[in-house]
Amino acid sequence: MKVIAAMSGGVDSAVAAARAVDAGHEVIGVHLALSSNPQKYRSGARGCCTIEDSHDARRAADMIGIPFYIWDMAEEFHAGVVENFIEEYAQGRTPNPCLRCNEKIKFEAVLDRASALGYDAVATGHYAIMKESEIGRTLHRAVDPLKDQSYVLAVLTARQLAGAMFPLGDTKKEDVRKEAKARGLYVANKPDSHDICFIPSGNNAGWLRDRLGSEAGPIVDEAGNQVGEHQGAYTYTIGQRRGLGLSVPAEGGVPRYVLKIEPKSNTVVVGTKEALAITTIIGEKPIWCGVPPVVDTEHRGFAQIRAHGAALPCTYTTTASSITAVLDEPLLGLATGQGLVIYDGDRVVGSATVSATL
Amino acid sequence: MDIYLDHAATTPMIPEALEALTTQIKEFGNASSLHTAGRAVRKKVEEARETIAGLLNCSPSEVIFTGSGTEANNLAIKGFYWKAVEADLTCNVIVVAAFEHHATLEPVEWLEEHEGAIVIHVPILAHGLIDLDALAEIIKAERDHIALICVMHSNNEIGTIQPIAEVVALAGTIPVHTDAVQSFGKVPFDFAELGPTSATISAHKIGGPLGVAALILKRGIDITPVLHGGGQERDIRSGTLNAPSIVAFAVAAKWAAEHREENYARVSGMRSLLAKRVLEAVPDAKVNGSSLAMLPGILNITFPGTESDSLLLMLDNAGIASSTGSACSAGVQRPSHVLLAMGLEERDVRASLRFSLGTSTTEAEINLVGEVIAGVVAQVRAATKGAKA
Repeated sequence: MKVIAAMSGGVDSAVAAARAVDAGHEVIGVHLALSSNPQKYRSGARGCCTIEDSHDARRAADMIGIPFYIWDMAEEFHAGVVENFIEEYAQGRTPNPCLRCNEKIKFEAVLDRASALGYDAVATGHYAIMKESEIGRTLHRAVDPLKDQSYVLAVLTARQLAGAMFPLGDTKKEDVRKEAKARGLYVANKPDSHDICFIPSGNNAGWLRDRLGSEAGPIVDEAGNQVGEHQGAYTYTIGQRRGLGLSVPAEGGVPRYVLKIEPKSNTVVVGTKEALAITTIIGEKPIWCGVPPVVDTEHRGFAQIRAHGAALPCTYTTTASSITAVLDEPLLGLATGQGLVIYDGDRVVGSATVSATL
Repeated sequence: MDIYLDHAATTPMIPEALEALTTQIKEFGNASSLHTAGRAVRKKVEEARETIAGLLNCSPSEVIFTGSGTEANNLAIKGFYWKAVEADLTCNVIVVAAFEHHATLEPVEWLEEHEGAIVIHVPILAHGLIDLDALAEIIKAERDHIALICVMHSNNEIGTIQPIAEVVALAGTIPVHTDAVQSFGKVPFDFAELGPTSATISAHKIGGPLGVAALILKRGIDITPVLHGGGQERDIRSGTLNAPSIVAFAVAAKWAAEHREENYARVSGMRSLLAKRVLEAVPDAKVNGSSLAMLPGILNITFPGTESDSLLLMLDNAGIASSTGSACSAGVQRPSHVLLAMGLEERDVRASLRFSLGTSTTEAEINLVGEVIAGVVAQVRAATKGAKA
């Protein structure tokens, strides 16, 4: 096959590219430039956009012995990921930009361009496994539970999965590092990326404040009594306990948590831990990683709501436009905007964006 | 099959220059030393300087060797500017053609940001020549305040040769610097007859080694140095002379001069053939830049509805090396400021590719490009559909 290896400059994508070559594919390396001004992000977090990263990706491609190019995806990234991120926060939701990046950039903009140029697949350093079965190609958890990235790939449709390649799913991260070292890739010891790549400072609240302005507003309890003041509602997350700066103490001194963010009235609602508990998660705009489940029928499975969160046993039903998951055990705190991913065992069924919780 | 059509970026060394380089690099000595070993190296350097001066019709003392064309441009621009404002603080205007190489535009911009320079860009006409009327207006309005006028002798992206003699005439006593990196050795370039105050030439564009170039600076003109040190080159440029590369530079320059007419005829013939083949294969393609006098080897073409980085990738896959203009330090392609200055729409700028031919380019290679270009363009058009306009 003719394969485009998306190379971030990190160790995972470098080893993924090398493995694609070993598997006999005709591979070219492509580094995605996601910022229109990469120099700005020079001292920032790893993962994308820095001059150092593009250099590292180029050197890895040299060592693997494949051609290397840089694709300017800054406009697509800004429109599909960054603007969405800001808009979601403005709506009082907490988005996961990595899901959007996989959905809109790596396996849409890049895959479409690759296909049109005569390439069959885009290989990335994600930790996930794909299998061929009687229901077609399916997406599964990686063998390394600590690195499993099937969650952030749960936005890929059957068509996108058909054009994807994840060479690292069967390997543990530590073994990938060892392999990188054995292959002479000097990125072997490069630290993992963690933060949101386009917020290099790691200060998400400050970054959002610069873009959404900072309007103080009330923090209220469940009865509507003001108990404090905030400096911009969108910088809070459901379930957050620290840094609330409440001026009115709670009855009995029980800790209080953010229960709700109301962007229209610029209000943050706090309450007890018990009030935070939810059992039903409703997600909108479902995406099925292959065959969709039968609608309006109860299915058993697992719900996962964070990239490295637990798999929560649940019963779920679907419609053409939603997923409703009823958890076996209550969950404390879930922000709308997060990705709800449904698993059947280790297989990813699909995902939706959390729109409501009960 | 490797077809190298990026000679404007750099050229393969000619065997004679390679021989001269490898011979001289074994000779030990610092050209500035006063002993026998030093004198032996100095002799070679001075012979090379005289050779190059002879080819340019300038005096040997007017040749200041530098480490790159970029360094020579920086030396001229900052040197003239600093000298001018030292004498008169109000003499802080730099007039620069809008389509200069980054090695000119960036130092000018740096002076604007850090040293209070006022920069005036000379507009470019649609076919790729500077607007002399606009330049005349600028000079008329700012005459006493202009520290330097920069107009390149030929443009590296589109190959048009600029009317430097006219620029010099308009300038009068104002210094004129011309970047002749793409011209030297390929088209006539007579420093004395043309009359600029300074000019930049470089070795690796004409079959010489990387890492050596020269600023040609009129005798008696004193500019402020950028590099301070031993003052090896007329007290204007410091640094131990790179004797092996200088010697090889002279050999390549001499070879280029001796073969200039036949090289010109051959390379420009190949350029015409390439244009013909490409336009036959892609009838709506457009050639950018035309003037009476052109560089022989540069062909810049817009392939409407494509993105040039995809064209470059697909051609590279087919073994054909081309160029898309410049990239930022992270390697991201930037739309050509040259084509933008000529008034092309941004989507056409992003769809433009430069082929640059050299003396080693063959008819068979051109024909092969002619065979693959239609398929490549069609495929890239499909990939570009719906992409940013």
